[in-house]
Amino acid sequence: MSNEAVVHAHGAVTTHEGHGDHHHEHHHHETFITKYVFSQDHKMIAKQFLITGMVWAVLGGLMSVLFRLQLGYPDATFPWLEDILGKWAKGGRITPEAYYALVTTHGTVLVFFVLTAGLSGTFANFLIPLQVGARDMASPFMNMLSYWFFFAASIVMLSSMFVETGPFSGGWTAYPPLSALGDASPGSKIGMDMWLISMALFVVSSLLGGLNYIATVLNMRTKGMSMTRMPLTIWALFFTAVLGVLSFPVLFSGFILLIFDRNFGTSFYLSDIFINGVGALPNEGGSAILYQHLFWFLGHPEVYIILLPAMGMVSEILSVNSRKPIFGYMAMIGSLFAIAILAFLVWAHHMFVTGLNPFLGSIFVLLTLLIAVPSAIKVFNWLTTLWRGNIRFTPGMMFAIGFVSLFISGGLTGIWLGNSALDIHLHDTYFVIAHFHIVMGVASMFGMFAGIYHWFPKMYGRYLNNTMGYIHFWVTIAGAYLIFWPMHYEGLAGMPRRYYDYSIWESFKQFAELNRFISTVAMIVFAVQLLFLFNFFYSIFKGRKVTTLNPWGATTLEWTTPIKPGHGNWVGEIPEVHRWAYDYGKDGKEFIAQTTPVGADESHH
Amino acid sequence: MATTTTATTTKLWGGGKSPFNVEYGKLMMWYFLMSDAFTFGAFLISYGTIRFSTNGWPDPNEVFKSFPFAPEGMNAPLVFVSIMTFILIISSVTMVLAVHAGHNMDKKGVVKNLIWTIIGGLAFLGCQAWEWTHLHHEGAWWGSNPFLNADGTASSTNFTNYFFTITGFHGFHVFSGVIINIVMLIMTLMDKFEQRGHYLMIEKAGLYWHFVDLVWVFVFTCFYLV
Repeated sequence: MSNEAVVHAHGAVTTHEGHGDHHHEHHHHETFITKYVFSQDHKMIAKQFLITGMVWAVLGGLMSVLFRLQLGYPDATFPWLEDILGKWAKGGRITPEAYYALVTTHGTVLVFFVLTAGLSGTFANFLIPLQVGARDMASPFMNMLSYWFFFAASIVMLSSMFVETGPFSGGWTAYPPLSALGDASPGSKIGMDMWLISMALFVVSSLLGGLNYIATVLNMRTKGMSMTRMPLTIWALFFTAVLGVLSFPVLFSGFILLIFDRNFGTSFYLSDIFINGVGALPNEGGSAILYQHLFWFLGHPEVYIILLPAMGMVSEILSVNSRKPIFGYMAMIGSLFAIAILAFLVWAHHMFVTGLNPFLGSIFVLLTLLIAVPSAIKVFNWLTTLWRGNIRFTPGMMFAIGFVSLFISGGLTGIWLGNSALDIHLHDTYFVIAHFHIVMGVASMFGMFAGIYHWFPKMYGRYLNNTMGYIHFWVTIAGAYLIFWPMHYEGLAGMPRRYYDYSIWESFKQFAELNRFISTVAMIVFAVQLLFLFNFFYSIFKGRKVTTLNPWGATTLEWTTPIKPGHGNWVGEIPEVHRWAYDYGKDGKEFIAQTTPVGADESHH
Repeated sequence: MATTTTATTTKLWGGGKSPFNVEYGKLMMWYFLMSDAFTFGAFLISYGTIRFSTNGWPDPNEVFKSFPFAPEGMNAPLVFVSIMTFILIISSVTMVLAVHAGHNMDKKGVVKNLIWTIIGGLAFLGCQAWEWTHLHHEGAWWGSNPFLNADGTASSTNFTNYFFTITGFHGFHVFSGVIINIVMLIMTLMDKFEQRGHYLMIEKAGLYWHFVDLVWVFVFTCFYLV
């Protein structure tokens, strides 16, 4: 029997075994464990990713508040710090070791656990089946495993904070030799081993998830949902998954070599090293730069793994709330594709000052600056989508517009940093901190918030509170600029990142008050995120109830499901799709759902 | 068949069906293999980077010249590893036969060829275990390299570091493949695939097995030939 015959003869194979028949209510008995813990429902798994991500966001954010306290008030002592941190804050002042551990863990947690797992884990799981018209992911079981590998990674990372020598403290990029030699610093001992184990588990989680997202998008689209009828969210999440599947394994290889260097006496990354108090090491022939290449081959695509889902959701939310089709749909897909390709070709711009051949550097400058083209296409398409739109300023829409603002502001400084000559001055300064926090960190957080505000009604059948949402938005966007804008000036003045105390440097003393100001704003912004958390959990139980199927008047498929869809999403048949996702304001109609057949007298778009 | 294909090409990507006419598991396997190719690619490129930045490297004809039960001092360069490679490639042939038998719903053929594939995989692993033990007895291990460079100068440990890491990682893949094949064999014997009406799982296991073989060709070239 040929493969084709098999696929056609067994419908259950093309959809997926197990759920094909569950058209309505739950036939199978659901216990608390199968419904909320080891759930195989993509919507529940999405919520698990979201809430775990929120826990990490609070922890990672709190870490930044703690080290901002040190940076803003380098001379002050806070006795309560010793109460909570113990020996890590002797006498009420964070120790240098603790400071570096906080900076490192803040970076690792925010980049991987919040903005990768928390963002694409949440929305790829939640939106892909709902928006392409599938009952669940291709493999719900692997999807469940994906979450639990992430959970295991979280537990290991969390545990590393409680070991005696502390968590890893050599920076989130974990460059050797600091990460390869246990004698290099307290954090490089068991803390680093746990960091590596946690990250290895994370890679497995990301791989299981990514394979599922790809297979679902390609294979499980409902009838009529051709690739060019998909909402841009799905395109973005699809490219994100491809990026993850192809870049994380390289990081994994790099980590395996690092594990051998740490524990089995190899010299992959080590050569000619002398440690104070230990003496000369026997390792010879390795290259620390090799690790940087392997790391940034993931590291740069990782930036887009974080950013693309936000871009996709923002495109969707801007279009829905402008009541206009997205401007340049095919250009949006093309630019996503261009970004996904370029993401693999620019990694060495993180390494301009490592001794990279200047000629090679100039090629990476060119490829890096090329990213400005698809990025600009996206920005102008968002702006033209807003242009003369009938804009509804919902909290989700506010955050989506905020994303565009932040992406422009942060993207422009990327053009500076992409130049290898300018980078000699700017590398490892606060200018870099400001750049990537705005363009990748805060912008993607805004995309995530936009997504949460917009799809919360679909997740929980209730709305988030709008007033709290607006307060959350305005304080966060004002705060984001007040925190990171001044950092550009500090960076231009040459202030290096990762220093413990700038007040002892003659050239940076001038920034003492500015640093205090940044720290103050950081604390206010953190407090407002707690308001959002309150809003989130309060609204799950007490929020205003959703009473109509399609509260935003959107065209996409998720709004054709019941207000609180069960496992299987649609009661009865999965709807068929007849048009693209952006028929807003067409032929005098406010919007036309994707499920509406094309009428005989309808105009072409 | 040709006519039905042309009739459906226009709608291949139209939704409601798989554009490649494969079920999701095989799609995932292909993407997984791409991902795994990047893992091995990263290893081998790292190896190349370090090797080209090092002044000298041991001569594989000198390092890999022994044979089990052969008299001391016998010179049989690359003979043993060629036999290993041959075994692995033959196991790919038997895997193809198993997949083919699966297409024909020939349970006996699947069982027979899966058993041969498993034996081939185990034989390869056995050979690798012997080679590793032999090298270990000569003093080679992670972090220690008894061999001199081809030009007689002292060699860095990265020759053995990479050799054991990458062949070990490949061996681990072969080991996983053997386990997968054993599971497939048990499932075949329990008539799981007869009940499903297709042997698609065998095909997916076959993809993995061929991939592992293909990777060995590159590993073999990088460590034994150049």
